[in-house]
Amino acid sequence: MKHTMMSGKASSAPAWRQETGTAASRWFAVAAAVLIAALVVLPAYASRSLIQDLIFVLTMLTLAQLWNVIAGWGGLISVGQQAFVGLGGYALFGATVLAGVDPLLAVPLAGVFAAIAAALVGPLLFRLEGPYFAIGSWVIAEVFRLLCAQFKPLGGGTGVSLPKSALMDMAGLQWVQSLLSLRPAAARDVVVYWLALFVAVLVTACIYLFVRSRYGLALVASRDANGAARSVGVRTERIRYALWIIVGFATGVVGAIAYLQKARISPDAAFSVVDWTAYVLFIVIIGGVRTMEGPIVGVLVFWALLYYLAQFGSLYLLTLGVLAIGMMLFAPKGIWGSAAARFGWQAFPVTRRLFRK
Amino acid sequence: MVWLDTLVQGILLGGVYALFALGLSLIFGVMRLVNLAHGDLIVLAAFIVFVVMTSFGVSLAAAAVLTIALMFAIGFLLQRLVLERVLGDDIMPPLLVTFGLSVVIQNGLLLGFGADSRRLQAGAFETLSVDILPGLSIGVAPLSALMIAVGVIVLLQIVFYRTSLGRAFRATSDDPQIAQLMGIDQRNVYAIAVGISLAVSVIAAVAFGMRANFDPSIGPARLLYAFEAVIIGGLGSLWGTLIGGMVLGVAQTVGARIDPEWQILAGHLAFLVMLFIRPRGLFPARQP
Amino acid sequence: MSALLSVERLDAFYGSFQALFGIDFSLHTGESVAVIGANGAGKSTFLKSLAGLVKNRRDAIRFLDQDVGDRGAPEMLRMGLALVPEGRRLFPSLSVEENLLVGAYSGLRPQPWNLQKIYELFPVLRERRSSPSTVLSGGQQQMVAIGRALMSNPKVLLCDELSLGLAPIVIEDIYRALPRVKASGTSVVIVEQDIARAMRSVDRFYCLQEGRVTLAGEPGTVDQGDIRRAYFGT
Repeated sequence: MKHTMMSGKASSAPAWRQETGTAASRWFAVAAAVLIAALVVLPAYASRSLIQDLIFVLTMLTLAQLWNVIAGWGGLISVGQQAFVGLGGYALFGATVLAGVDPLLAVPLAGVFAAIAAALVGPLLFRLEGPYFAIGSWVIAEVFRLLCAQFKPLGGGTGVSLPKSALMDMAGLQWVQSLLSLRPAAARDVVVYWLALFVAVLVTACIYLFVRSRYGLALVASRDANGAARSVGVRTERIRYALWIIVGFATGVVGAIAYLQKARISPDAAFSVVDWTAYVLFIVIIGGVRTMEGPIVGVLVFWALLYYLAQFGSLYLLTLGVLAIGMMLFAPKGIWGSAAARFGWQAFPVTRRLFRK
Repeated sequence: MVWLDTLVQGILLGGVYALFALGLSLIFGVMRLVNLAHGDLIVLAAFIVFVVMTSFGVSLAAAAVLTIALMFAIGFLLQRLVLERVLGDDIMPPLLVTFGLSVVIQNGLLLGFGADSRRLQAGAFETLSVDILPGLSIGVAPLSALMIAVGVIVLLQIVFYRTSLGRAFRATSDDPQIAQLMGIDQRNVYAIAVGISLAVSVIAAVAFGMRANFDPSIGPARLLYAFEAVIIGGLGSLWGTLIGGMVLGVAQTVGARIDPEWQILAGHLAFLVMLFIRPRGLFPARQP
Repeated sequence: MSALLSVERLDAFYGSFQALFGIDFSLHTGESVAVIGANGAGKSTFLKSLAGLVKNRRDAIRFLDQDVGDRGAPEMLRMGLALVPEGRRLFPSLSVEENLLVGAYSGLRPQPWNLQKIYELFPVLRERRSSPSTVLSGGQQQMVAIGRALMSNPKVLLCDELSLGLAPIVIEDIYRALPRVKASGTSVVIVEQDIARAMRSVDRFYCLQEGRVTLAGEPGTVDQGDIRRAYFGT
């Protein structure tokens, strides 16, 4: 994509041309389209356990992309995003169990609920600087966990399951059942899978557009040189707050999807810092912070490690932790970041290159 | 009288929370580093004291002294070998590394000791109490935790304001580049700071481990309490941290008195209220 | 007699930006030397390179018969090279006296400069010894900065823009201290934009322009025209 900018007065001043795409990135776009199409039709051929695995992978990928944009681009390094995962999950269960809303319809509602929570806690948290913001976000997550544990209508500390009736009547379920000749439980997994795929693609696309937009540029500018950015009129606080709320919304949606699939929720699981933050951080670190491709690479590595090592419990987590520390010390750009720096790769073209005309 | 007792228990609890917080406050003051593994390092210290006591059959006090020396060394090495590489203008790497460290310590302890909770045996000392008013008795152990917290603060203030090392700490905190011009090697200063922080954490671990059970998973909660005590009290002030710890402690004991399940939540809510009405804390010493 | 401090083909970079090009320079024991030049000529970068704040080729800088170009500031300070940085850069959390004391952190050479001697050199500081360094006037802060550097008893004292932002009377006060510094056995390099002031105080001078030495010699032997050309570049 080319933009033309004229600097200064008309004739004698040099004109600049801006380019972001490369040949490689255009190929990547084609390949991505093919891959997504394949993923859409996958339920016709894949086993149920693969579909369930992919739901997990897609939700973790989405969370990783979201964390990357809020922390890497927005500068809001949160270790409390599990707050919104949990709130999304609980909102889904609340809407379904207490208000009789269709579970599928409850997913976006859960997102809205999480977004409202984000809007309320944001101004409070933003009073904390940098690393203190991180711990503050963890406190917020804990507060929500404890509040949900006190909420008896949804099971208090032990949690609750989605009623079978609500699951059986879920929108779209009959259609999938007949389309793919599946039993209800498997059909539900397919519906959730498509939802997770849709959200993953949509979130990735939106993040890509945002990062390329002037808002994304504004955030990078303010991250790199806040004073200079402010002096040319960049209103970063508003952009950052809006980003925080939107990421809260999307994180809530992911939480709703995850717990729709699990069909059972409890405070400790829904607000688990390990499941929803530690794993996400690991994915982003391994793949490469502040790159769009990093989370994709990271989630694939994570999936492989999970497949082979999850049986080992604490040893698995210990290994993840050591790997993450090692990456930050010796390869801070992550797998994709280091390769991209070395070979100049860019699948999602976001870097603007300036040429003289 | 019940509420007076609640208040007193909260204040005493505040001494323990202040001890949790001092190490965190110190590292942030000198190095602008927030150590997300801080709570887990306290738990690690408790386990080391436990192992030293049970393996070598020594008293709690002797084990504590040995552990202080060991943890100082661990802190020094942690800084020189790990943290030094990631300190810089970008706050993300140190946060991610210390978060990873938190995961590593927790799961390492789980692998080594299992999930069972332990206690540091201090014999009769644990249950001694004094009557300061008719109907109001205070445990000697919690009282000594508070007194030790005060003692540690006094000691740290002396180090910071009356020693050459303290001047080096403050100068490096002000302006690391110019501090180098004074012959102050930042790497060693930071390493000593982390070492002291971990040594203080041992004291916190002993104060805590004597009166409550500990297991590998309780680290993050200690970090959150330490953090809340620092923010409530005000950044940059050690005495403020003590007061912050007490405010947190009282909030928790009051909450527990209303409903035991509300204890921790009450503490968090008190922190959020403080963040709302007075974001810089009660006694902020640091200029923004 | 070989030079106390000598520099050969010194280049300095900030990232990919080159600030200094092939500087040659020498300082002998007991000398005072000025480095003059306009804003951006590279004077501060030069002093920072000497002091170890900007890393360089090992053999670019020679001090006390050792190649020190790649050594860091704490090492250079221990060897006996101290910098009074541009803009004073006192430590805001420390009082006047504490700022002076931190200068002696390395604790190597207690003579001849100590707290008492610094207070004799700059008596006004004695009255203000407990004040936070931030409430002092510009001139007094400059005195603290010089005293702080002297407390390490350096063999070489580098002074970056002593007169910046100060009134002429105050500048006189400060420059009056330099002969006593020299007399105590410290060789001095001063960086100045104020040419006349500099020339009055030194044995030799160098002129920098856009990162290069354009003129060097003794103050009495060059005329105004040469200096102007070297300073601004024709």
